[in-house]
Amino acid sequence: MKPAPKWLLAIAGIVYLLLHLPVLVLVLFSFNASRYSVSWSGFTFDWYRALAARGDLWRGLRASLTVGLVSTLVATCSGTLIALVLARRRFTGRRVLEGLVFLPLVTPEILVGISLLVLFVLAGLPLGLGTITIAHIAFNISFVVVVVRARLDGIDPHLEEAALILGADEITAFRTVTLPALWPGIIAGALLAFTMSFDDYVITSLVSGAGSSTLPMVVYGMVRRNVEPTVNAISTIILLGTSLLIYGADRLARAR
Amino acid sequence: MTLRRRILAALARRPALGTATLLAPGGLWLVLFFVVPMLLMLGASVMQRGTYGGVEPGFTLEHYRRFLDPLYLQVLWRTIVWAALATVACLLLGFPVAWVIAASRRHRSLLLFLVVLPFWTSFLVRTFAMIFLLRDTGVINSALLALGVIREPIALLYTPFAVLSGLVYGFLPFMVLPIYASLEKLDPALLEAAEVLGARPLERLARVAIPLARPGIIAGSLLVFVPAMGSFLTSDLLGGAKQVMIGNLVQNQFTTARNWPFGAAASFGVMAVVLVAVMVSLRLRDRDPGRVR
Repeated sequence: MKPAPKWLLAIAGIVYLLLHLPVLVLVLFSFNASRYSVSWSGFTFDWYRALAARGDLWRGLRASLTVGLVSTLVATCSGTLIALVLARRRFTGRRVLEGLVFLPLVTPEILVGISLLVLFVLAGLPLGLGTITIAHIAFNISFVVVVVRARLDGIDPHLEEAALILGADEITAFRTVTLPALWPGIIAGALLAFTMSFDDYVITSLVSGAGSSTLPMVVYGMVRRNVEPTVNAISTIILLGTSLLIYGADRLARAR
Repeated sequence: MTLRRRILAALARRPALGTATLLAPGGLWLVLFFVVPMLLMLGASVMQRGTYGGVEPGFTLEHYRRFLDPLYLQVLWRTIVWAALATVACLLLGFPVAWVIAASRRHRSLLLFLVVLPFWTSFLVRTFAMIFLLRDTGVINSALLALGVIREPIALLYTPFAVLSGLVYGFLPFMVLPIYASLEKLDPALLEAAEVLGARPLERLARVAIPLARPGIIAGSLLVFVPAMGSFLTSDLLGGAKQVMIGNLVQNQFTTARNWPFGAAASFGVMAVVLVAVMVSLRLRDRDPGRVR
Protein backbone atom coordinates (compact mmCIF):
# COMPACT_ATOMS: atom_id res chain seq x y z
CA MET A 1 0.00 0.00 0.00
CA LYS A 2 1.17 3.54 -0.73
CA PRO A 3 2.30 5.68 2.22
CA ALA A 4 -0.69 7.33 3.90
CA PRO A 5 -1.30 10.98 2.93
CA LYS A 6 -0.42 13.71 5.42
CA TRP A 7 -3.98 14.55 6.47
CA LEU A 8 -4.67 10.91 7.27
CA LEU A 9 -1.51 10.75 9.37
CA ALA A 10 -2.71 13.84 11.21
CA ILE A 11 -6.07 12.26 12.05
CA ALA A 12 -4.39 9.04 13.18
CA GLY A 13 -1.96 11.08 15.26
CA ILE A 14 -4.82 12.81 17.05
CA VAL A 15 -6.54 9.47 17.71
CA TYR A 16 -3.32 8.02 19.14
CA LEU A 17 -3.04 11.09 21.35
CA LEU A 18 -6.64 10.65 22.57
CA LEU A 19 -5.92 7.00 23.23
CA HIS A 20 -2.88 7.58 25.42
CA LEU A 21 -3.06 11.12 26.77
CA PRO A 22 -5.67 10.47 29.50
CA VAL A 23 -3.57 7.71 31.03
CA LEU A 24 -0.33 9.71 30.71
CA VAL A 25 -1.95 12.67 32.46
CA LEU A 26 -3.14 10.33 35.18
CA VAL A 27 0.39 9.01 35.68
CA LEU A 28 1.90 12.50 35.65
CA PHE A 29 -0.40 13.75 38.41
CA SER A 30 0.40 10.81 40.65
CA PHE A 31 3.65 12.73 41.31
CA ASN A 32 1.92 16.08 41.93
CA ALA A 33 2.32 17.52 45.43
CA SER A 34 -1.05 19.29 45.46
CA ARG A 35 -3.86 17.26 46.95
CA TYR A 36 -6.92 18.99 45.53
CA SER A 37 -6.05 20.96 42.44
CA VAL A 38 -4.62 19.74 39.17
CA SER A 39 -2.21 22.65 38.95
CA TRP A 40 1.34 21.46 39.25
CA SER A 41 2.82 22.27 42.63
CA GLY A 42 5.95 20.20 42.84
CA PHE A 43 7.16 16.63 42.58
CA THR A 44 6.40 14.13 45.31
CA PHE A 45 6.36 10.42 46.12
CA ASP A 46 3.93 11.03 49.00
CA TRP A 47 0.98 9.30 47.33
CA TYR A 48 3.02 6.16 46.77
CA ARG A 49 4.11 6.24 50.40
CA ALA A 50 0.47 6.62 51.43
CA LEU A 51 -0.40 3.44 49.48
CA ALA A 52 2.00 1.33 51.53
CA ALA A 53 0.03 2.11 54.68
CA ARG A 54 -3.29 0.89 53.28
CA GLY A 55 -3.97 -2.62 54.48
CA ASP A 56 -7.01 -3.09 52.22
CA LEU A 57 -4.86 -2.58 49.13
CA TRP A 58 -2.35 -5.20 50.23
CA ARG A 59 -5.12 -7.67 51.05
CA GLY A 60 -6.73 -6.92 47.68
CA LEU A 61 -3.43 -7.44 45.92
CA ARG A 62 -2.92 -10.79 47.64
CA ALA A 63 -6.46 -11.90 46.73
CA SER A 64 -5.95 -10.82 43.10
CA LEU A 65 -2.62 -12.63 42.82
CA THR A 66 -4.07 -15.83 44.31
CA VAL A 67 -7.13 -15.81 42.05
CA GLY A 68 -5.01 -14.79 39.07
CA LEU A 69 -2.43 -17.55 39.49
CA VAL A 70 -4.90 -20.37 40.15
CA SER A 71 -7.32 -19.38 37.41
CA THR A 72 -4.49 -18.86 34.93
CA LEU A 73 -3.01 -22.28 35.66
CA VAL A 74 -6.31 -24.15 35.29
CA ALA A 75 -7.51 -22.14 32.28
CA THR A 76 -4.19 -22.44 30.47
CA CYS A 77 -4.01 -26.24 30.86
CA SER A 78 -7.62 -26.95 29.89
CA GLY A 79 -7.68 -24.25 27.20
CA THR A 80 -4.52 -25.56 25.56
CA LEU A 81 -6.03 -29.05 25.35
CA ILE A 82 -9.15 -27.68 23.66
CA ALA A 83 -7.00 -25.67 21.22
CA LEU A 84 -5.00 -28.80 20.34
CA VAL A 85 -8.12 -30.81 19.64
CA LEU A 86 -9.75 -28.02 17.61
CA ALA A 87 -6.64 -27.52 15.50
CA ARG A 88 -5.68 -31.15 14.90
CA ARG A 89 -8.72 -33.40 15.02
CA ARG A 90 -11.92 -33.83 13.07
CA PHE A 91 -14.87 -35.02 15.12
CA THR A 92 -18.62 -34.64 15.42
CA GLY A 93 -19.72 -31.73 17.56
CA ARG A 94 -16.76 -29.64 16.48
CA ARG A 95 -18.97 -26.69 15.52
CA VAL A 96 -20.78 -26.92 18.85
CA LEU A 97 -17.46 -26.81 20.69
CA GLU A 98 -16.30 -23.82 18.66
CA GLY A 99 -19.53 -22.03 19.56
CA LEU A 100 -19.08 -22.96 23.22
CA VAL A 101 -15.61 -21.38 23.20
CA PHE A 102 -16.69 -18.36 21.16
CA LEU A 103 -19.87 -17.44 23.06
CA PRO A 104 -18.27 -16.31 26.35
CA LEU A 105 -16.14 -13.88 24.33
CA VAL A 106 -19.18 -12.07 22.91
CA THR A 107 -21.47 -12.24 25.93
CA PRO A 108 -21.57 -8.98 27.89
CA GLU A 109 -19.61 -9.35 31.12
CA ILE A 110 -22.49 -8.25 33.27
CA LEU A 111 -24.60 -11.20 32.03
CA VAL A 112 -21.79 -13.68 32.65
CA GLY A 113 -21.42 -12.36 36.19
CA ILE A 114 -25.13 -12.28 36.98
CA SER A 115 -25.77 -15.78 35.65
CA LEU A 116 -22.88 -17.19 37.69
CA LEU A 117 -24.24 -15.43 40.77
CA VAL A 118 -27.58 -17.15 40.20
CA LEU A 119 -25.84 -20.53 39.87
CA PHE A 120 -23.71 -20.08 42.99
CA VAL A 121 -26.58 -18.93 45.16
CA LEU A 122 -28.94 -21.68 43.96
CA ALA A 123 -26.19 -24.30 44.42
CA GLY A 124 -25.55 -22.97 47.91
CA LEU A 125 -21.86 -22.24 47.29
CA PRO A 126 -20.55 -19.60 49.72
CA LEU A 127 -19.45 -16.51 47.77
CA GLY A 128 -15.77 -15.66 48.13
CA LEU A 129 -12.38 -16.22 46.57
CA GLY A 130 -13.47 -19.72 45.50
CA THR A 131 -16.41 -18.52 43.44
CA ILE A 132 -14.30 -15.68 42.01
CA THR A 133 -11.69 -18.21 40.89
CA ILE A 134 -14.32 -20.47 39.28
CA ALA A 135 -15.71 -17.48 37.35
CA HIS A 136 -12.26 -16.36 36.20
CA ILE A 137 -11.37 -19.83 34.95
CA ALA A 138 -14.62 -19.86 32.96
CA PHE A 139 -13.94 -16.62 31.09
CA ASN A 140 -10.20 -17.27 30.72
CA ILE A 141 -10.50 -20.65 28.97
CA SER A 142 -11.83 -19.00 25.79
CA PHE A 143 -8.98 -16.46 25.71
CA VAL A 144 -6.36 -19.19 26.07
CA VAL A 145 -7.98 -21.27 23.31
CA VAL A 146 -7.92 -18.32 20.89
CA VAL A 147 -4.27 -17.44 21.56
CA VAL A 148 -2.91 -21.00 21.59
CA ARG A 149 -4.85 -21.95 18.50
CA ALA A 150 -3.46 -18.99 16.59
CA ARG A 151 0.03 -20.27 17.38
CA LEU A 152 -0.91 -23.87 16.48
CA ASP A 153 -2.16 -22.79 13.07
CA GLY A 154 1.36 -21.61 12.33
CA ILE A 155 2.95 -24.97 13.19
CA ASP A 156 3.22 -27.47 10.35
CA PRO A 157 1.42 -30.71 11.36
CA HIS A 158 3.75 -32.63 9.04
CA LEU A 159 6.58 -32.16 11.54
CA GLU A 160 4.78 -34.27 14.10
CA GLU A 161 3.85 -36.81 11.43
CA ALA A 162 7.51 -37.01 10.44
CA ALA A 163 8.43 -37.77 14.05
CA LEU A 164 5.82 -40.55 14.12
CA ILE A 165 7.14 -42.05 10.90
CA LEU A 166 10.66 -41.95 12.31
CA GLY A 167 9.48 -44.15 15.16
CA ALA A 168 8.48 -41.83 18.01
CA ASP A 169 5.24 -42.70 19.79
CA GLU A 170 2.51 -40.03 20.04
CA ILE A 171 3.55 -38.77 23.46
CA THR A 172 7.22 -38.42 22.50
CA ALA A 173 6.32 -36.77 19.19
CA PHE A 174 4.12 -34.22 20.96
CA ARG A 175 6.64 -33.56 23.73
CA THR A 176 9.71 -33.15 21.53
CA VAL A 177 8.23 -31.62 18.37
CA THR A 178 4.91 -29.80 18.84
CA LEU A 179 5.22 -28.67 22.45
CA PRO A 180 8.52 -26.76 22.09
CA ALA A 181 7.11 -24.87 19.09
CA LEU A 182 3.84 -24.25 20.90
CA TRP A 183 5.40 -23.09 24.17
CA PRO A 184 5.51 -19.32 23.37
CA GLY A 185 1.80 -19.47 22.51
CA ILE A 186 0.96 -21.19 25.78
CA ILE A 187 2.95 -18.66 27.81
CA ALA A 188 1.38 -15.78 25.88
CA GLY A 189 -2.08 -17.22 26.54
CA ALA A 190 -1.27 -17.61 30.23
CA LEU A 191 -0.01 -14.03 30.55
CA LEU A 192 -3.12 -12.67 28.85
CA ALA A 193 -5.35 -14.82 31.04
CA PHE A 194 -3.57 -13.54 34.14
CA THR A 195 -4.03 -9.94 32.99
CA MET A 196 -7.74 -10.49 32.32
CA SER A 197 -8.16 -12.02 35.76
CA PHE A 198 -6.08 -9.36 37.49
CA ASP A 199 -8.09 -6.55 35.82
CA ASP A 200 -11.61 -7.84 36.05
CA TYR A 201 -14.05 -5.84 38.11
CA VAL A 202 -17.57 -6.45 36.77
CA ILE A 203 -17.79 -10.24 37.04
CA THR A 204 -15.65 -10.36 40.18
CA SER A 205 -17.76 -7.87 42.11
CA LEU A 206 -20.92 -9.85 41.35
CA VAL A 207 -19.66 -13.25 42.53
CA SER A 208 -17.64 -12.07 45.52
CA GLY A 209 -18.96 -12.24 49.04
CA ALA A 210 -18.39 -9.77 51.84
CA GLY A 211 -14.76 -9.63 52.89
CA SER A 212 -13.25 -11.04 49.71
CA SER A 213 -12.21 -7.96 47.78
CA THR A 214 -9.74 -8.20 44.93
CA LEU A 215 -7.49 -5.27 43.99
CA PRO A 216 -9.84 -3.83 41.31
CA MET A 217 -12.69 -3.92 43.84
CA VAL A 218 -10.64 -1.91 46.34
CA VAL A 219 -9.63 0.53 43.60
CA TYR A 220 -13.27 0.86 42.49
CA GLY A 221 -14.18 1.83 46.05
CA MET A 222 -11.42 4.44 46.02
CA VAL A 223 -12.54 5.85 42.65
CA ARG A 224 -16.11 6.01 43.92
CA ARG A 225 -15.10 7.96 47.00
CA ASN A 226 -12.58 9.97 44.99
CA VAL A 227 -9.72 9.52 47.36
CA GLU A 228 -7.08 12.05 46.41
CA PRO A 229 -4.11 11.36 44.18
CA THR A 230 -3.51 7.97 45.84
CA VAL A 231 -5.86 6.58 43.17
CA ASN A 232 -3.48 8.00 40.56
CA ALA A 233 -0.59 6.29 42.31
CA ILE A 234 -2.20 2.85 42.51
CA SER A 235 -3.42 3.23 38.90
CA THR A 236 0.14 3.97 37.80
CA ILE A 237 1.46 0.86 39.52
CA ILE A 238 -1.28 -1.31 37.98
CA LEU A 239 -0.58 0.18 34.54
CA LEU A 240 3.13 -0.48 34.88
CA GLY A 241 2.55 -4.08 35.97
CA THR A 242 0.07 -4.97 33.23
CA SER A 243 2.10 -3.18 30.54
CA LEU A 244 5.13 -5.30 31.41
CA LEU A 245 3.05 -8.49 31.32
CA ILE A 246 1.50 -7.59 27.98
CA TYR A 247 4.81 -6.56 26.50
CA GLY A 248 6.17 -9.96 27.51
CA ALA A 249 3.15 -11.75 26.03
CA ASP A 250 3.48 -9.78 22.81
CA ARG A 251 7.17 -10.61 22.44
CA LEU A 252 6.52 -14.30 23.12
CA ALA A 253 3.58 -14.52 20.73
CA ARG A 254 5.83 -13.25 17.92
CA ALA A 255 8.84 -15.37 18.90
CA ARG A 256 9.99 -17.73 16.18
CA MET B 1 6.62 -48.11 29.80
CA THR B 2 4.12 -50.92 29.32
CA LEU B 3 1.34 -48.86 30.87
CA ARG B 4 2.15 -46.03 28.53
CA ARG B 5 2.11 -48.40 25.56
CA ARG B 6 -1.18 -49.88 26.70
CA ILE B 7 -2.76 -46.41 26.98
CA LEU B 8 -1.52 -45.45 23.55
CA ALA B 9 -2.81 -48.69 22.08
CA ALA B 10 -6.23 -48.14 23.65
CA LEU B 11 -6.33 -44.60 22.26
CA ALA B 12 -5.27 -45.82 18.82
CA ARG B 13 -8.19 -48.25 18.79
CA ARG B 14 -10.67 -45.60 19.88
CA PRO B 15 -9.54 -42.10 18.83
CA ALA B 16 -12.84 -40.60 19.99
CA LEU B 17 -11.96 -41.56 23.56
CA GLY B 18 -8.74 -39.55 23.33
CA THR B 19 -10.56 -36.55 21.90
CA ALA B 20 -13.14 -36.69 24.67
CA THR B 21 -10.47 -36.97 27.37
CA LEU B 22 -8.62 -33.93 26.09
CA LEU B 23 -11.80 -31.89 25.86
CA ALA B 24 -13.33 -32.98 29.15
CA PRO B 25 -11.79 -30.51 31.65
CA GLY B 26 -12.28 -27.29 29.69
CA GLY B 27 -15.48 -28.37 27.95
CA LEU B 28 -17.18 -29.46 31.16
CA TRP B 29 -16.09 -26.25 32.87
CA LEU B 30 -17.65 -24.15 30.11
CA VAL B 31 -20.86 -26.17 30.19
CA LEU B 32 -21.11 -26.06 33.97
CA PHE B 33 -20.11 -22.43 34.46
CA PHE B 34 -21.37 -20.79 31.28
CA VAL B 35 -24.18 -22.78 29.66
CA VAL B 36 -25.90 -23.97 32.85
CA PRO B 37 -25.94 -20.48 34.46
CA MET B 38 -27.46 -19.02 31.27
CA LEU B 39 -30.17 -21.69 31.32
CA LEU B 40 -30.82 -21.01 35.01
CA MET B 41 -31.25 -17.32 34.17
CA LEU B 42 -33.73 -18.23 31.45
CA GLY B 43 -35.60 -20.29 34.04
CA ALA B 44 -35.44 -17.54 36.66
CA SER B 45 -36.89 -15.00 34.23
CA VAL B 46 -40.20 -16.87 34.07
CA MET B 47 -40.50 -17.67 37.79
CA GLN B 48 -41.97 -15.85 40.77
CA ARG B 49 -39.91 -13.32 42.66
CA GLY B 50 -38.52 -14.38 46.06
CA THR B 51 -39.01 -11.97 48.93
CA TYR B 52 -35.32 -11.67 49.80
CA GLY B 53 -33.87 -12.14 46.35
CA GLY B 54 -33.81 -15.51 44.66
CA VAL B 55 -36.82 -17.09 42.99
CA GLU B 56 -39.89 -19.05 43.97
CA PRO B 57 -41.68 -21.71 41.92
CA GLY B 58 -44.54 -20.74 39.63
CA PHE B 59 -44.51 -19.88 35.93
CA THR B 60 -45.17 -16.28 34.91
CA LEU B 61 -44.44 -13.93 32.03
CA GLU B 62 -45.08 -10.94 34.27
CA HIS B 63 -41.40 -9.88 34.30
CA TYR B 64 -41.17 -9.66 30.53
CA ARG B 65 -44.43 -7.72 30.47
CA ARG B 66 -43.04 -5.35 33.08
CA PHE B 67 -39.90 -4.87 30.99
CA LEU B 68 -42.12 -3.57 28.16
CA ASP B 69 -43.12 -0.65 30.38
CA PRO B 70 -42.02 2.65 28.73
CA LEU B 71 -39.85 3.39 31.77
CA TYR B 72 -37.64 0.37 31.10
CA LEU B 73 -37.92 0.43 27.32
CA GLN B 74 -36.53 3.94 27.51
CA VAL B 75 -33.42 2.61 29.27
CA LEU B 76 -33.05 -0.13 26.66
CA TRP B 77 -33.53 2.37 23.83
CA ARG B 78 -30.98 4.77 25.36
CA THR B 79 -28.49 1.90 25.62
CA ILE B 80 -29.04 0.93 21.97
CA VAL B 81 -28.64 4.55 20.80
CA TRP B 82 -25.47 5.10 22.81
CA ALA B 83 -23.96 1.80 21.75
CA ALA B 84 -24.74 2.65 18.11
CA LEU B 85 -23.30 6.17 18.44
CA ALA B 86 -20.16 4.77 20.09
CA THR B 87 -19.83 2.27 17.22
CA VAL B 88 -20.10 4.99 14.57
CA ALA B 89 -17.61 7.22 16.43
CA CYS B 90 -15.17 4.30 16.77
CA LEU B 91 -15.52 3.59 13.05
CA LEU B 92 -14.82 7.21 12.08
CA LEU B 93 -11.80 7.41 14.39
CA GLY B 94 -10.59 3.85 13.91
CA PHE B 95 -10.59 3.57 10.12
CA PRO B 96 -7.89 6.24 9.57
CA VAL B 97 -5.74 4.62 12.26
CA ALA B 98 -6.12 1.16 10.71
CA TRP B 99 -5.24 2.62 7.30
CA VAL B 100 -2.12 4.33 8.62
CA ILE B 101 -0.95 1.12 10.31
CA ALA B 102 -1.56 -0.94 7.17
CA ALA B 103 0.25 1.63 5.01
CA SER B 104 3.22 1.95 7.33
CA ARG B 105 6.26 -0.21 6.65
CA ARG B 106 8.86 0.65 9.23
CA HIS B 107 6.75 1.38 12.31
CA ARG B 108 3.97 -1.12 11.83
CA SER B 109 4.59 -3.28 14.91
CA LEU B 110 5.08 -0.24 17.15
CA LEU B 111 1.85 1.35 15.89
CA LEU B 112 -0.01 -1.93 16.41
CA PHE B 113 1.40 -2.31 19.90
CA LEU B 114 0.24 1.21 20.77
CA VAL B 115 -3.30 0.24 19.75
CA VAL B 116 -3.22 -3.05 21.63
CA LEU B 117 -1.72 -1.63 24.82
CA PRO B 118 -4.79 0.29 26.07
CA PHE B 119 -6.91 -2.75 25.15
CA TRP B 120 -5.07 -4.71 27.83
CA THR B 121 -4.60 -2.00 30.44
CA SER B 122 -7.13 -1.98 33.20
CA PHE B 123 -10.56 -0.79 32.06
CA LEU B 124 -11.15 0.56 35.56
CA VAL B 125 -7.96 2.62 35.46
CA ARG B 126 -8.84 4.00 32.04
CA THR B 127 -12.31 4.94 33.22
CA PHE B 128 -10.75 6.71 36.18
CA ALA B 129 -8.49 8.56 33.74
CA MET B 130 -11.64 9.90 32.05
CA ILE B 131 -13.02 11.04 35.41
CA PHE B 132 -9.73 12.77 36.12
CA LEU B 133 -10.03 14.67 32.83
CA LEU B 134 -13.74 15.47 32.93
CA ARG B 135 -14.70 16.29 36.52
CA ASP B 136 -15.34 19.88 37.63
CA THR B 137 -11.89 20.13 39.18
CA GLY B 138 -10.45 17.99 36.39
CA VAL B 139 -7.75 18.65 33.85
CA ILE B 140 -9.99 20.02 31.08
CA ASN B 141 -11.97 22.40 33.29
CA SER B 142 -8.83 23.58 35.10
CA ALA B 143 -7.07 24.26 31.82
CA LEU B 144 -10.05 26.17 30.37
CA LEU B 145 -10.39 28.20 33.58
CA ALA B 146 -6.68 29.00 33.62
CA LEU B 147 -6.81 30.09 30.00
CA GLY B 148 -9.81 32.29 30.73
CA VAL B 149 -12.05 30.57 28.19
CA ILE B 150 -14.70 29.88 30.84
CA ARG B 151 -15.51 31.48 34.20
CA GLU B 152 -17.26 28.54 35.82
CA PRO B 153 -16.42 24.87 35.36
CA ILE B 154 -18.66 23.30 32.72
CA ALA B 155 -20.41 20.07 33.63
CA LEU B 156 -18.67 17.33 31.66
CA LEU B 157 -18.80 14.41 34.04
CA TYR B 158 -22.17 12.69 34.63
CA THR B 159 -23.42 13.68 31.18
CA PRO B 160 -24.24 11.60 28.09
CA PHE B 161 -21.09 13.10 26.58
CA ALA B 162 -18.99 11.58 29.36
CA VAL B 163 -20.53 8.13 28.89
CA LEU B 164 -20.07 8.25 25.11
CA SER B 165 -16.46 9.37 25.45
CA GLY B 166 -15.87 6.55 27.90
CA LEU B 167 -17.39 3.98 25.55
CA VAL B 168 -15.36 5.19 22.57
CA TYR B 169 -12.18 5.42 24.62
CA GLY B 170 -12.78 1.95 26.04
CA PHE B 171 -13.64 0.06 22.87
CA LEU B 172 -11.73 1.81 20.06
CA PRO B 173 -9.02 -0.91 19.84
CA PHE B 174 -11.75 -3.48 19.06
CA MET B 175 -12.55 -1.47 15.93
CA VAL B 176 -9.01 -0.79 14.75
CA LEU B 177 -7.67 -4.36 14.87
CA PRO B 178 -10.18 -6.13 12.57
CA ILE B 179 -10.18 -3.25 10.06
CA TYR B 180 -6.39 -3.33 10.02
CA ALA B 181 -6.49 -7.09 9.46
CA SER B 182 -8.64 -6.72 6.34
CA LEU B 183 -6.82 -3.64 5.01
CA GLU B 184 -3.51 -5.48 5.34
CA LYS B 185 -4.78 -8.10 2.89
CA LEU B 186 -5.97 -5.47 0.41
CA ASP B 187 -4.04 -5.69 -2.84
CA PRO B 188 -2.51 -2.22 -3.43
CA ALA B 189 -2.64 -2.87 -7.18
CA LEU B 190 -6.42 -2.49 -7.01
CA LEU B 191 -6.11 1.03 -5.62
CA GLU B 192 -3.51 1.88 -8.23
CA ALA B 193 -5.76 0.52 -10.97
CA ALA B 194 -8.60 2.72 -9.73
CA GLU B 195 -6.25 5.70 -9.74
CA VAL B 196 -5.04 4.96 -13.28
CA LEU B 197 -8.65 4.68 -14.40
CA GLY B 198 -9.28 8.19 -13.10
CA ALA B 199 -10.93 7.66 -9.70
CA ARG B 200 -10.42 10.54 -7.29
CA PRO B 201 -9.11 9.78 -3.76
CA LEU B 202 -12.57 9.77 -2.15
CA GLU B 203 -13.94 7.59 -4.94
CA ARG B 204 -11.09 5.11 -4.45
CA LEU B 205 -11.92 5.04 -0.76
CA ALA B 206 -15.67 4.66 -1.18
CA ARG B 207 -15.71 2.24 -4.12
CA VAL B 208 -12.56 0.17 -3.65
CA ALA B 209 -11.08 0.34 -0.16
CA ILE B 210 -14.23 0.39 1.97
CA PRO B 211 -16.02 -2.45 0.11
CA LEU B 212 -12.88 -4.60 0.36
CA ALA B 213 -12.42 -3.76 4.05
CA ARG B 214 -16.07 -4.60 4.72
CA PRO B 215 -15.45 -7.82 6.68
CA GLY B 216 -13.17 -5.90 9.05
CA ILE B 217 -15.60 -3.00 9.39
CA ILE B 218 -18.46 -5.36 10.19
CA ALA B 219 -16.44 -7.42 12.68
CA GLY B 220 -15.13 -4.27 14.36
CA SER B 221 -18.61 -2.73 14.61
CA LEU B 222 -19.91 -5.89 16.24
CA LEU B 223 -16.98 -6.02 18.67
CA VAL B 224 -17.72 -2.44 19.76
CA PHE B 225 -21.51 -2.63 19.77
CA VAL B 226 -21.83 -5.81 21.84
CA PRO B 227 -19.74 -4.82 24.88
CA ALA B 228 -21.17 -1.29 24.68
CA MET B 229 -24.68 -2.80 24.93
CA GLY B 230 -23.68 -4.62 28.09
CA SER B 231 -21.49 -1.90 29.54
CA PHE B 232 -21.79 -1.34 33.22
CA LEU B 233 -18.66 0.31 34.58
CA THR B 234 -18.63 3.21 32.09
CA SER B 235 -22.16 4.40 32.79
CA ASP B 236 -21.79 3.60 36.48
CA LEU B 237 -18.72 5.80 36.98
CA LEU B 238 -19.11 8.42 34.22
CA GLY B 239 -22.89 8.63 33.89
CA GLY B 240 -24.08 9.17 37.42
CA ALA B 241 -27.66 8.49 38.45
CA LYS B 242 -29.39 9.99 35.40
CA GLN B 243 -27.56 8.17 32.62
CA VAL B 244 -28.52 4.61 33.54
CA MET B 245 -27.84 1.96 30.91
CA ILE B 246 -29.39 -1.48 30.78
CA GLY B 247 -26.34 -3.08 32.43
CA ASN B 248 -26.82 -0.90 35.49
CA LEU B 249 -30.52 -1.78 35.60
CA VAL B 250 -29.69 -5.51 35.55
CA GLN B 251 -27.00 -5.18 38.22
CA ASN B 252 -29.34 -3.18 40.42
CA GLN B 253 -32.07 -5.84 40.22
CA PHE B 254 -29.68 -8.48 41.48
CA THR B 255 -28.07 -6.43 44.22
CA THR B 256 -30.14 -3.58 45.70
CA ALA B 257 -33.64 -4.20 44.34
CA ARG B 258 -33.46 -7.99 44.87
CA ASN B 259 -35.82 -8.76 42.02
CA TRP B 260 -33.97 -11.62 40.31
CA PRO B 261 -36.64 -12.66 37.80
CA PHE B 262 -37.03 -9.11 36.51
CA GLY B 263 -33.25 -8.69 36.32
CA ALA B 264 -33.05 -11.96 34.36
CA ALA B 265 -35.81 -10.83 31.99
CA ALA B 266 -33.99 -7.52 31.42
CA SER B 267 -30.78 -9.50 30.71
CA PHE B 268 -32.54 -11.38 27.96
CA GLY B 269 -33.66 -8.02 26.60
CA VAL B 270 -29.94 -7.22 26.18
CA MET B 271 -29.28 -10.68 24.75
CA ALA B 272 -32.07 -10.24 22.19
CA VAL B 273 -30.52 -6.99 20.92
CA VAL B 274 -27.05 -8.60 20.83
CA LEU B 275 -28.38 -11.59 18.87
CA VAL B 276 -30.11 -9.33 16.35
CA ALA B 277 -26.85 -7.40 15.93
CA VAL B 278 -24.90 -10.64 15.38
CA MET B 279 -27.43 -11.88 12.81
CA VAL B 280 -27.51 -8.57 10.94
CA SER B 281 -23.71 -8.50 10.80
CA LEU B 282 -23.56 -12.08 9.51
CA ARG B 283 -26.09 -11.22 6.78
CA LEU B 284 -24.10 -8.14 5.79
CA ARG B 285 -20.86 -10.11 5.75
CA ASP B 286 -22.19 -12.90 3.59
CA ARG B 287 -23.75 -10.63 1.00
CA ASP B 288 -21.93 -10.91 -2.30
CA PRO B 289 -18.88 -8.67 -1.92
CA GLY B 290 -18.29 -8.58 -5.69
CA ARG B 291 -21.36 -6.47 -6.32
CA VAL B 292 -20.13 -2.96 -5.79
CA ARG B 293 -22.21 -0.09 -6.98
